[in-house]
Amino acid sequence: MRATGSATDPNVRELVAFRTARQDFCVDILSVREIRGWSRPALLPHAPHYVQGVINLRGAVVPILDLARRLGLEPIEDTDRNVIIVAAIQNRIVGLLVEAVTDILTVPSSGVQPTPDLASETTRNMLRGVVVQDSRLIRLLDVGQLLPQDVEPAA
Amino acid sequence: MTLRILAVDDSLTMREMLRQTLTEAGFDVMLAEDGVDALHRLPDADPDLILTDLNMPKMDGFGLIDAVRKGDVAPRVPILVLTTESATSLKERARSAGATGWITKPFDEVSLVSTIRRVAAV
Amino acid sequence: MAGLIDLRDIFFVEADELLSALEEGLRAIQTGAHDTDTVNAVFRAVHSIKGGAGAFDLKALVGFAHRFETVLDALRAGKLQPEPALLGGLLHASDHLADMISAARQGNATDPEHDERVIAALEQHAGGGGSKEEEAFVFEPLALDGPFGIDAVRLPLPSGTRDVTLTFRPHAGAFASGHDPCLLLRDLCADDPAEVCLDQSALPDANSFDPGQSYLGWKVILQTERTDPQLLAIFEFIDGICDLTIASAAPPIPDVAASLPPPSSPPLAPVPSAPPIPANTAPAQTSAPPAAAVSPAAGTGPRPTIRVDIDRVDRLVDILGELVIHQAMLTEAIEQSPGFGSVEVDRSLDQLRQLSRQIQESVMAIRAQPVKPLFDRMHRIVREASMAAGKAARLVTEGEATEVDKTIIERLADPLTHMIRNAVDHGLEKPSRRTDLGKPSEGVIKLAAAHRSGRIVITVQDDGAGIDREKVRQIAIDKGLVAASAELTPQEIDALLFLPGFSTATEVSALSGRGVGMDVVRSEIAGLGGRVGITSVRGLGTTLTISLPLTLAVLDGMVFVAAGQTLVLPVSAIIETLRPEPGMRHSLGQADSVLDVRGRCMPLIDVGMALGFRRSLQPGEGEIVVVVERGDDGAIALMVDGIRDQRQVVIKGLEANYGQIPGIAAATVLGDGSVALILDPTDLAASGQSPSRPVSPLAAE
Repeated sequence: MRATGSATDPNVRELVAFRTARQDFCVDILSVREIRGWSRPALLPHAPHYVQGVINLRGAVVPILDLARRLGLEPIEDTDRNVIIVAAIQNRIVGLLVEAVTDILTVPSSGVQPTPDLASETTRNMLRGVVVQDSRLIRLLDVGQLLPQDVEPAA
Repeated sequence: MTLRILAVDDSLTMREMLRQTLTEAGFDVMLAEDGVDALHRLPDADPDLILTDLNMPKMDGFGLIDAVRKGDVAPRVPILVLTTESATSLKERARSAGATGWITKPFDEVSLVSTIRRVAAV
Repeated sequence: MAGLIDLRDIFFVEADELLSALEEGLRAIQTGAHDTDTVNAVFRAVHSIKGGAGAFDLKALVGFAHRFETVLDALRAGKLQPEPALLGGLLHASDHLADMISAARQGNATDPEHDERVIAALEQHAGGGGSKEEEAFVFEPLALDGPFGIDAVRLPLPSGTRDVTLTFRPHAGAFASGHDPCLLLRDLCADDPAEVCLDQSALPDANSFDPGQSYLGWKVILQTERTDPQLLAIFEFIDGICDLTIASAAPPIPDVAASLPPPSSPPLAPVPSAPPIPANTAPAQTSAPPAAAVSPAAGTGPRPTIRVDIDRVDRLVDILGELVIHQAMLTEAIEQSPGFGSVEVDRSLDQLRQLSRQIQESVMAIRAQPVKPLFDRMHRIVREASMAAGKAARLVTEGEATEVDKTIIERLADPLTHMIRNAVDHGLEKPSRRTDLGKPSEGVIKLAAAHRSGRIVITVQDDGAGIDREKVRQIAIDKGLVAASAELTPQEIDALLFLPGFSTATEVSALSGRGVGMDVVRSEIAGLGGRVGITSVRGLGTTLTISLPLTLAVLDGMVFVAAGQTLVLPVSAIIETLRPEPGMRHSLGQADSVLDVRGRCMPLIDVGMALGFRRSLQPGEGEIVVVVERGDDGAIALMVDGIRDQRQVVIKGLEANYGQIPGIAAATVLGDGSVALILDPTDLAASGQSPSRPVSPLAAE
């Protein structure tokens, strides 16, 4: 329902804002399936370091990416208070492990600004831009870039 | 009462076609895959008419006609054979085997139904 | 038409079955089976295709099938001998018939000239022997079965009624053939004024009455516009088993004829509905012969089948998966509750387990299909590929009855086709070369299926030249796929063939070229949770091995713990579980060690380390060994920390959301809702033995 809300007005974007590694990020609400509490994942062998493992999401096996590690930030504390943002990326379902969801933002499309040059190369590739809200700099993630490029689905 | 027809053909396409055509024409239809299958079904089916293909595995149409005519379940039931050949020799063979009549494939609904009505009634 | 199955769909499905029966029969004849049943089955396949095609007015198909059938008829009648040239023509015609059908299915048509070339070539092979003695088949779509050409003369009729007198006396045989004089009289009189007189003069007295005989005759005086042929047509079926005379008492003179009274005749009782007594009561119970053929032996008939939409079965499989998970959850919950241990609860749980297993097996059986139709299709591939490449090849199949999940079979067709083409194109040598080498000039491609370790293993084996490893290595270096200095084992070189963009053919082949390489095969198989392996002996041939899960749904798993992770092994792969004595373990080199199980030595691998979950063993870890089968008949010993239990687990793919992981077949959801990975022991052994991992394009990293 939220999806249609933002879809009807192309000039407005709804974003889910969250914190991890003491930084603010957001993703387009259209790519978010649900937000759920942390549960211990099963480890995956030979996985990239930022892949925590897999959890069961109502019968589907979903990999969990530690967003802080993915972005090359310092690792976050392993606690039960962390949350998982379940996102649909291309045709896959992926859980993003973050510290906390902070807000749902509604911003005009013009409110998304280009990523400043100072961001590191790793980070820049995964950002679509930034949103300034209440003097906070919120990084808009390009979720499509989060998946490791060398782990393509088999099909 | 509805006319009950036992239709025998080894081709699924033909069986389905017969089932649909005959059902739409208001007949009760039972199906069998070959002569042996037809003989097994005959007592329960208790048909008013048998409609059979000639060329079938296990027991062909001639074998079926012969078995029905010499059997004690329904020896005088009308039997129509379905044949792709319009050759008279086949018709002769069917007639001497004890078939009541024949229908040339491909058939249309009108000729199928009218031929059935020619030889069978409840 | 709602509720009716689309007849066209049925026709095409059936045509596919008939085509494979046709091809199979022709191949059997080729290998010497020239018995009546085989030839009849072949004839019938083409005949049925013709019949069905006629119903859908597919004229080109009907015409082709008819001429094809004519040749087969001559073969059936023994007028033609199954010479190799004729069989080649027959097989070619059967391939072309398949093409015509698949074109028709898409609403297209094949090139009529091509059709003609193929069938004319076949007729050429057949010489003159192929012409049927019966009259040529005339295609008459939806023809009314008008006897005596009645339909043609029905229209141009001079109007005017006339009086016709018919006498009709059925013979005893007419009743035996199911004729009913009442119906004939009804059709004869139809809407015309008629006088029907029963002639019972031949009726004997009651004592000499024979119910099997016919004693009645009829005389019908009809005022009709219908012509004699039209009237005779009514008696077409009974012609020859009745006496019939027809006389036009008055020539059709208008007005006069109509006003004339009926010709004088003795007053006869009109009996329009007089039941011919012997007709229905004749089956004299006393005189009926025993007729063993008719007495049905109960329960031996073909069993009825139904066709079900595959979506419904899939839905059932999904629900079943949930059932298995919830059953595990329930079991776990009960085991932790105070009521646990009561006999009733225990028994009920056990019942539930058994029932759910039975449901599972039944559902899987619905989806399972033999690989035969898939294998059958490969004969044509071999024929065409060998013809195009100028090679002689024969396909030999084995294990065709092996049953595999329908989805897997469907998705195997493309990769298998490619592998077979590859084997002919790149595997086999040219006939002249083979002769030089002392091999039979005809190469053999062997396609086999078997169940092994709870998986299905399909092998494609050729007796060709084997892999030229030096050439493969050089190409890989030239294409920059490996460094020139790389030290590669033979297995690693073979694996290069699966790298994207690799092709050993110096010129692009028309068949297996087109830029599609073995890497595509590999990824298609991987998409099914399978693996492809390759082995080759120079000069003797190459074997490609596909290993696939049996189903994509459920398996029997042993749940165990290693490095703090809960994991699952397929029970079907487990040979035994043991706690090794210190003396059983031997080291080989630095890291590798083997386990000696009663004289049988096998690689010893710690699961936790192989998966990268730990670097070394602590006391109390890795003390239990599970011996599992490896794909190639060998065994490996897996060290684990503890065994939890054995249960059914629902297979959940990792590919959809993540990708393939070496050593891991899939994942499952346990009773507590957590995920456990299902190990693939064979693959694990490979990754455990060489942690650096040889070239493996699908590996995640």
